[in-house]
Amino acid sequence: MTKLELQGVTKRFGENVVCRGIDLKINEGEMVCLIGASGSGKSTLLRCMNLLEPVDDGVILLDGVDIAEPGLDPQPVRQRIGIVFQSFNLFPHMTAVENVMLAPRRVHNRTRDDLLPEVTELFTRFGLADRMDHYPDQLSGGQQQRVAIVRALAMKPEIMLFDEITSALDPELVGEVLDVLRRLREAGMTMVLATHEMGFARELADKVCFLDKGVILEEGPPAQLFSDPKQERTCAFLARVL
Amino acid sequence: MKRTLTRTATSAVALVLTAGLALAGGHCAAGKTLNDGILTIATGNPAYYPWVMDDAPESKAGFEAAVAYAVANRMGFEDANVTWVRSSFDQAIQPGAKDFDFNLQQFSITEEREEIVDFSLPYYSAAMAVITRQPVVENGAEATLASLKGLLWGAHASTTAVPMLAEVVQPDAEPLLYGDNADVVEAMKANQIDAALMDLPTALFTAAVLMDDGVVLGQFPPERSENPDQFGLLMEEGNPLKECVDAAIAELTEDGTLAAIEAEWLAEATGVPVIE
Amino acid sequence: MTQTDLEGPAATPPGLTRRQVYEARIRRRSMRVAATSTGAVLLALFILIPLAPGWEGVKKSFFNADVFARTFPGLLEAFLLDVAIFAWSAPLIFLLGLLIALCRDAQSPALYPLRLFGILYTDIFRGVPVILVIYLIGFGIPGLGLPRPWNSPYIWGTVALVLTYAAYVAEVLRSGIESIHQSQRAAAASLGLSHSDTMRFVVLPQAIRRVVPANMNLFIALQKDVALLSFIGPVEIFRQAGVYKSLLANFTPYVGAALIFLAVTIPATRYADYLMNKQARARS
Repeated sequence: MTKLELQGVTKRFGENVVCRGIDLKINEGEMVCLIGASGSGKSTLLRCMNLLEPVDDGVILLDGVDIAEPGLDPQPVRQRIGIVFQSFNLFPHMTAVENVMLAPRRVHNRTRDDLLPEVTELFTRFGLADRMDHYPDQLSGGQQQRVAIVRALAMKPEIMLFDEITSALDPELVGEVLDVLRRLREAGMTMVLATHEMGFARELADKVCFLDKGVILEEGPPAQLFSDPKQERTCAFLARVL
Repeated sequence: MKRTLTRTATSAVALVLTAGLALAGGHCAAGKTLNDGILTIATGNPAYYPWVMDDAPESKAGFEAAVAYAVANRMGFEDANVTWVRSSFDQAIQPGAKDFDFNLQQFSITEEREEIVDFSLPYYSAAMAVITRQPVVENGAEATLASLKGLLWGAHASTTAVPMLAEVVQPDAEPLLYGDNADVVEAMKANQIDAALMDLPTALFTAAVLMDDGVVLGQFPPERSENPDQFGLLMEEGNPLKECVDAAIAELTEDGTLAAIEAEWLAEATGVPVIE
Repeated sequence: MTQTDLEGPAATPPGLTRRQVYEARIRRRSMRVAATSTGAVLLALFILIPLAPGWEGVKKSFFNADVFARTFPGLLEAFLLDVAIFAWSAPLIFLLGLLIALCRDAQSPALYPLRLFGILYTDIFRGVPVILVIYLIGFGIPGLGLPRPWNSPYIWGTVALVLTYAAYVAEVLRSGIESIHQSQRAAAASLGLSHSDTMRFVVLPQAIRRVVPANMNLFIALQKDVALLSFIGPVEIFRQAGVYKSLLANFTPYVGAALIFLAVTIPATRYADYLMNKQARARS
């Protein structure tokens, strides 16, 4: 069943057209990986999906309802689609647990006491039980990124977007974050990743899309796309990164 | 021919000038002024009615302008040899050389001030007066100490009105103090204070000219306070000119000149009720 | 000299590297130079100034121990009024400044009038000397005929101070708000937080912390400008010093007042600098 569908999504910054009419279908429980060179439009496409960037043209259907309609309040949509950023973007003046509880308290009007059991459960699940009261600058990059994921999960999103979440990490910390994704995948979360981790994409993705100059040049199951790409530019890109 | 004439005229003028200077040279003040033969007098900027009329002391109009010229003449200076400069109170008392021979702008003579500067003999004994507004009088303010105590007071901060308020009136509420009389008047108009203490001539002028509903409620006669408020000419500490100035003022007091000037310019000051 | 250099390495104490020995020698030399130059300046101050022909007069008028002793307690007492005015003005200034800063940050077009108001407000009140605002508001508004005690110069003088300083604080806070990276707002928005919640819980707490040193400097300036209220009547330390000056024809009370101000502002300034340095270190 299709969870999220993009039809002709176009986004430009001034003269610079970043997404040129992108079509994409994401089924429930599926993990889709967006690959491509820097500047190919992966990040912008993700930010369009949860309306952090207003879409210039095209339709985005969430459970069949167009959410890209101009003038629509983006807040309810954002509550349903979580996003995690490359640079973590934790709130530095709050402890890990305060970071996680802020949105459920303000948006869902829930109390700390009410939230504590499930939040503690989330922290524990991702190996952060003893880090709940730490401030972001007391955590390693990998821990910060895991807190950022927990923060997004605490809103109980239906879809999770991940924007190159391992790119800013030291190599030895990448594994612990990818582990988290692996477990989310097992739990059946619908996920879209912009990533440079080709091995990870190859291992777990249901579908891989190669973006080039604002269009999806080629898409398919990882086995096919990685071993038998049809497009010349895809070959060139994969030759560079693999 | 023409040239000769001009030259003769010029020397004649020079001769007259020299004669004028020579006259001063024969007197007490010779060689004791800032500029030989010239008496430099300072007053406030601006100088107020009735002390100086129209801020123009050269006109000799106004009590202090008239006193200044009387003293100058008595010391042997022609009117033409008097020049005026302006100074603030702070400039008058700051240490260092002065740019005036003497300074008059209602400076009250006090012991403490005498340690820093010199004062001449007094040329005027000022009564302190209570100035207020008609609504305050209608509310029952009277010229009695008991009634005055209950008012909200204001005063010009660098006048002897401040210690007088504290010692004689002893108001119930702390007085508010201002940088000049214009601000005192402004505060009275804004109803922030009920009454202010000023020297009598200033109070009369203020009530009549600067305010719509000003009233001079009463005066504390000079002999009333322990240290009557007396105005003196202010000079640099140790100025040798002091003896000449004192001699001139003594003569002017003696022969009734000062009293006549006072009668001419400060006549209204009589007739204000005395505070019991 | 040559000898010392030759002996230097030979005399190396055990446990010190050659670099440490060299640095210690440089440090000793810098201290000698600093001590000598400081000494020379102090010597010049304490010997040459009293030699000036007017020194006796200046000493009598500005540094008169007798006058100082007589007036200092009165000045201290008057200073309490400065402290009180500061104490009730500062929180009001902060609140109004915050409000103006938020007005200037308003992004919805419906709130454009607010934004325009914020801009006009900060331009006007930063452009007019404090003393003018104090005069105009302190005398002008009570002059409209307000009944007592609502026409008190304490109230309207405070209003004038608050209006003026809030403009400066608003600008400082705005710079703080703008210094918070866009990604923080994006993170908050992605969680579904509203614009006002984002401002209140994410942006402002960080912005306010970031501009604490700049605000400290403003509040030090405020502590001095409190004295300007004396122009409309209150007898605080500056006015009290002026009264003593007139009575005693002596400027020493001003020196006393200056000392009292310094006793408060120097520690505060040092503390602000300390915070500023700490922040600079934390960011680098």
